Amino acid sequence: MWERVKTFASEFFVTGDPMIYGADASIVITMIGIVFGLTYFNKWGWLWREWLTTVDHKKIGIMYILAAFLMLFRGGVDALLMRAQLAAPELSLLAPDHYNQIFTTHGVIMILFMAMPFMFGLFNVMVPLQIGARDVAYPFLNALSFWLFFSGAMLFNLSFVIGGSPDAGWLAYPPYSGIMHNPGVGQDFYIWGIQISGIGSLMTGINFIVTILKMRAPGMKLMKMPMFPWSVLSSCIAIIFSFPILTATLALLFLDRYAGAHFFTLDGGGNPMMYINLIWMWGHPEVYIIVLPAFGIFSEIVSTFAKKKLFGYKSMVYAMMIISILSFLVWAHHFFTMGSGADVNAFFALTTMLIAIPTGVKVFNWLFTMFRGKITFETPMLWTMGFIPCFIVGGLTGVLLSVAPADFQFHNSYFLIAHFHQVIIGGVVFGYFAGLYYWWPKLFGFKLNERIGKWAFWFWNIGFYLCFMPQYALGLMGMTRRVVTYGWDKGWWEMNLVSTIGAGLMGIAFLFQVWQIVYSVKHLQKDETGDPWNGRTLEWSIPSPAPHYNFATLPQVTSQDEWWEEKQRRLQGIATPATKITEPIHMPKNSGIPIIMSMFWFFTGFGFIFDWLWLAIPGLVGVVVCMLIHSFNYDTDYYIPVEEIKHTEAAIRGVTS
Amino acid sequence: MAQLHNAGKIEHQLSQAEHHDHPDMEEMRTFGFWIYLMTDVIIFGTLFATYIVLQGNTNGGPGPKDLFQMGGIIASTFILLTSSYTSGLAVLAMHKGNRNALLGWLGATVALGATFIIMEINEFTHLVNEGATISTSAFLSAFFTLVGTHGLHVLLGLVWMVALMIQIAKRGITPVTKRKVNVISLFWHFLDVVWIFVFTIVYLMGVS
Repeated sequence: MWERVKTFASEFFVTGDPMIYGADASIVITMIGIVFGLTYFNKWGWLWREWLTTVDHKKIGIMYILAAFLMLFRGGVDALLMRAQLAAPELSLLAPDHYNQIFTTHGVIMILFMAMPFMFGLFNVMVPLQIGARDVAYPFLNALSFWLFFSGAMLFNLSFVIGGSPDAGWLAYPPYSGIMHNPGVGQDFYIWGIQISGIGSLMTGINFIVTILKMRAPGMKLMKMPMFPWSVLSSCIAIIFSFPILTATLALLFLDRYAGAHFFTLDGGGNPMMYINLIWMWGHPEVYIIVLPAFGIFSEIVSTFAKKKLFGYKSMVYAMMIISILSFLVWAHHFFTMGSGADVNAFFALTTMLIAIPTGVKVFNWLFTMFRGKITFETPMLWTMGFIPCFIVGGLTGVLLSVAPADFQFHNSYFLIAHFHQVIIGGVVFGYFAGLYYWWPKLFGFKLNERIGKWAFWFWNIGFYLCFMPQYALGLMGMTRRVVTYGWDKGWWEMNLVSTIGAGLMGIAFLFQVWQIVYSVKHLQKDETGDPWNGRTLEWSIPSPAPHYNFATLPQVTSQDEWWEEKQRRLQGIATPATKITEPIHMPKNSGIPIIMSMFWFFTGFGFIFDWLWLAIPGLVGVVVCMLIHSFNYDTDYYIPVEEIKHTEAAIRGVTS
Repeated sequence: MAQLHNAGKIEHQLSQAEHHDHPDMEEMRTFGFWIYLMTDVIIFGTLFATYIVLQGNTNGGPGPKDLFQMGGIIASTFILLTSSYTSGLAVLAMHKGNRNALLGWLGATVALGATFIIMEINEFTHLVNEGATISTSAFLSAFFTLVGTHGLHVLLGLVWMVALMIQIAKRGITPVTKRKVNVISLFWHFLDVVWIFVFTIVYLMGVS
């Protein structure tokens, strides 16, 4: 009996690596710490009522962002390990198979479990406030989306200590990800982790399209809407068209591995190339999905900190919509070298180059907005300014890559690695940081420390250029991606060393950000105004942090930059009279179903990964039962009475009633 | 504070009674369902594309002509189309406010849908018994996945419809149940449309 337990444990848990034992220990210690802390301070009920069952979009947004930060840490550790391994020739810090797992998890985590939740977090906290709504269209579904993402992410991360991590690259190309070449459970963790969280992403896409189209404040015509909701809309349109393809593709890969189907196998008539087409039909739009909201954030910040109306509002809107459509017409540029022929390559080269036009329009609009503005350089603006040169260089190297014949040289080299890190870190990560710093006071009611924030900014930027500029050169010198080590004879080591130092600086920059948050919480400087940046849009018209119903009375919108115009009117002494609070507010009730249903999804995934039908089938049944319970529940909302709203408003606005 | 609480209760009851100071809430949910259907179209589109690419790859195994028995397929097609018709009649009965007719037509739809599923399971077992399984060839992998995904949707629709019938029996025709019936009938018609494509592309073009 004991022998059997031991055999099982040695197969179930990943063994034999000190790093993994360290991870095991830290997971157990953290868990015990959390459980002990919650019990000691008697916080279980609070946690359940206030956070785990919440349907408040602001709280869901905060949970998304918190999860994204944890994943940024995990993905960042992966990155540092890789850079440490490549710092000098012939190092053997990481074994080749372990290295494969690390670059795979780094890619997946950064795109799907860091960028996506960070983005959804910002959608959640700001879209309803900016369009003058009290909630998203489907609050219950919103909570479910978050918990599905969370289950998927936990499942994926668990692979590190249980069963083994996936190692077939972030897009899991078959046949290498097929059962023949990859018999372990790693790829199944990949499939189920992404599938479960992907369903959540799809639902978020639907939710925000409806929210933006149907829940804008009275008077807010689409063309008067702030730029961030516009960018969210264009991103969500890309989500609803691309994520179903991912869902189907992962399901097919699962059937190949689990049921012996032959979609992408080399035998039985399967076609691996079809997977590569399908995955990029999702994968290419995906990178635009994450970058478009960053463009929206930059637009908000540029006009706030230059104290000017955004230049070329309409052209910005069109540019974003065009980008979201074009993103579906470029996928084959990811495999120019795979023999599609000159005509196909030419088509995809041209569509790829076309994207530079709307993107260029946007960059010029930001520059023209700054032109003759009274710019101040607080941290959100710094990130925006840092983004522009970074994105221009990254965009230009992208155009170089889009030239099909030249791509035969760049393909799968470090040139490519440098390019996409430059656009994704410079565009997406800088954008989300800018957004987080910008909206932080609205979320929590206090500003983050500017001085430490500037240190973080400079460490990120210098580290970034040190890390990735050498990689362009390395790519041209013939260093291909995914190499685990290289010889002294290659002449690559100096630049690799510089690159590793740059990565280290970015790691330090992350520590600065953590310190910044801790420091700012300790030296709390409450923001009483609700409008610390002298903002232009509706979210700044209410107190910080916003009450859970957001707006006591729905604002009447007459112009783009409504709050700015209102402040101008007040200066001239023609303030719009405040609307009296006369109507109770309709709000959704909290629900435990989203988190419970997601736990059942987790069991389902885990069961299928290990081929334990005794776990997977009850898991699926649990999911269906949760859906039915929700369907039969008609008691899903309540009204906040007028008196209570008046009371709350008086308290948060510091008026004694 | 107690007074506040009381006032809240009263208003809550008020809202339960009329439930509709928020007229667009139900409309908004229907709108979201349309978008969901669009995403489902893309899932099916992906599976159709896969099927079309792989349909010739029989790996030396049986092809469409050897496997499909059109008699049963045509019968189940008629059954599914009829169920779409009965679900339409259910919606008409609902608009007339006739709860019993609504329940009756939904029941008929469930019965027809269940028959369709049973026939499909029959067909699949038959194929498997002949040695044509999901792992025989790429063509069959694509076939079982495409047709099976449609079947799975029908099955889910059945569970959902039965649950909805219980709610209608308990609560009658309210704005909420009305929206739910509208939504499921959308779903049901959508499955019908998908089946017409399955019938044409997989079966008719397969045996021709």
